[in-house]
Amino acid sequence: MFGRLYELALDSLASAGDLAIFGFRAARESFVPPFEFKETVRQLYELGLRSAPLIAVSGMAVGVVLSMHTRASLERFGAESMIPAGLAIALVRETGPLTAGLLLSGRIGAGIGAELGAMKVTEQIDALEATAVDAFRYLVVTRVIACVIALPILTTLMNFAGMLGGYFAETAATGMSLTLYFNRAFSLIDLTDYVPATVKTMVFGFIIATVSAYLGFRTESGTEGVGRASTWSVVCSSLGIIVANVVLVRLIFFIFPKAAGG
Amino acid sequence: MTGTSEAAGPAGGPAVRLEGVTKTFGSRRVLDDVSFEVPAGSAFIILGRSGTGKSVTLRHIVRLVAPDQGQVFVGADEISALSGAELSRVRRGIGFLFQSAALFDSISVGENVAFPLRRHTRMSDGEIRQRAADKLAAVGLESEYDKMPAELSGGMRKRAGLARAIALDPSILLADEPSAGLDPITGDEIDELLLGLKRRGGTTLIVVTHDISSAKRLGDTLLMLHDGRVVASGTVADFERSQDPLVQAFMSSQHSG
Repeated sequence: MFGRLYELALDSLASAGDLAIFGFRAARESFVPPFEFKETVRQLYELGLRSAPLIAVSGMAVGVVLSMHTRASLERFGAESMIPAGLAIALVRETGPLTAGLLLSGRIGAGIGAELGAMKVTEQIDALEATAVDAFRYLVVTRVIACVIALPILTTLMNFAGMLGGYFAETAATGMSLTLYFNRAFSLIDLTDYVPATVKTMVFGFIIATVSAYLGFRTESGTEGVGRASTWSVVCSSLGIIVANVVLVRLIFFIFPKAAGG
Repeated sequence: MTGTSEAAGPAGGPAVRLEGVTKTFGSRRVLDDVSFEVPAGSAFIILGRSGTGKSVTLRHIVRLVAPDQGQVFVGADEISALSGAELSRVRRGIGFLFQSAALFDSISVGENVAFPLRRHTRMSDGEIRQRAADKLAAVGLESEYDKMPAELSGGMRKRAGLARAIALDPSILLADEPSAGLDPITGDEIDELLLGLKRRGGTTLIVVTHDISSAKRLGDTLLMLHDGRVVASGTVADFERSQDPLVQAFMSSQHSG
């Protein structure tokens, strides 16, 4: 029993080490030519643009729900006029980046894990190498760059969709105009709220792409292995995002005390 | 520039040479001190039952697998000692037909064949499409350019894989079980395509198979692996005269795998 636990712990440590090396290599090769521009643009379309509907619809739904909750709380204190600003701060600082990160770890992480896993078990990755193509650069680095670029953009989309959802909830309740709503929404937020929180999603993008690509590249055992790679890609990248978020929020508060309300 | 003859050996020398190659996966020794050389322009067949290390041997030649011990030479280049750019140069001169064909399933059949040309030549888009169409025509798939790999039958996928493998006119073609999983007629057609390459272009063929009839038809030299070791090598006539029980068992069977 203890022997198996010991082996499991050793395997986990070895995998963590492998993943760290994999991620470091992906980060380093992102800045070293030759660059796979065409494939990176294709991945930006596949992973980024095609995720936009999911993010927009989810963001709007989150905005509606947050607005309803905020109204229920602030009404007690007669502070309904603060609802747009409260919602905007919640969305821009935390809810938007984290929700976008978790949603995209589901869509993108599962996709990368399954696609690369299927390529691995059907020898397509070997075929790339045999065709004198650097499979790591072609498959991993392009996806890492695409995710790092796409996440902040999609997070911004989520923030705006959330605010729009909040407006719909608010105008349904009080008939508030669009102009007044957005004037109030932007009254309390500035760049120190938006920039650090959005830039941190670049780290989320890096985590999603490297973890999922790593699990895809390690896939064995046919279709069962592909399914496992896809599932574990979502589980591990979601967990990675949640844990990294704790560290990053602490770091943002340290560098930008104003973001912590200080 | 195409990959023509980039991996060819020095004049008169072997195209491929393995010296004392040993490979272990986990606790299992898959190859044990395997040595052989393949003369340029010949057809070399690696025979053996399933799981005897045939495919692993083939993968060593393009460094998809690196040996634990021993050396692999492609022409004059010791492949495990090459840097990224040099390895890429050698690989461009080698075509690889995978057992599963390994077509890229997100792009069309024609773009699969065009893929190496887009990566490694300065040809225009029109020239690339024409060359890819020519290669598909050479394997009898001229009308399948725009189809996706999933729409092809097993035999057609193998042919498309062969068209991709020869897109850069490689001087060495590696084929992993080219007729496995195909009906006998389609298998024979694939063999004929491989023989045509050798006759017309002087391509060095290294074919892994467990199909003895295919080996007899294709091979100038045969090599038999058993439990990761070389148990016999020679011409078809040498194999037919062999008193080795393993070789006799193999030669007397139609399909022993």
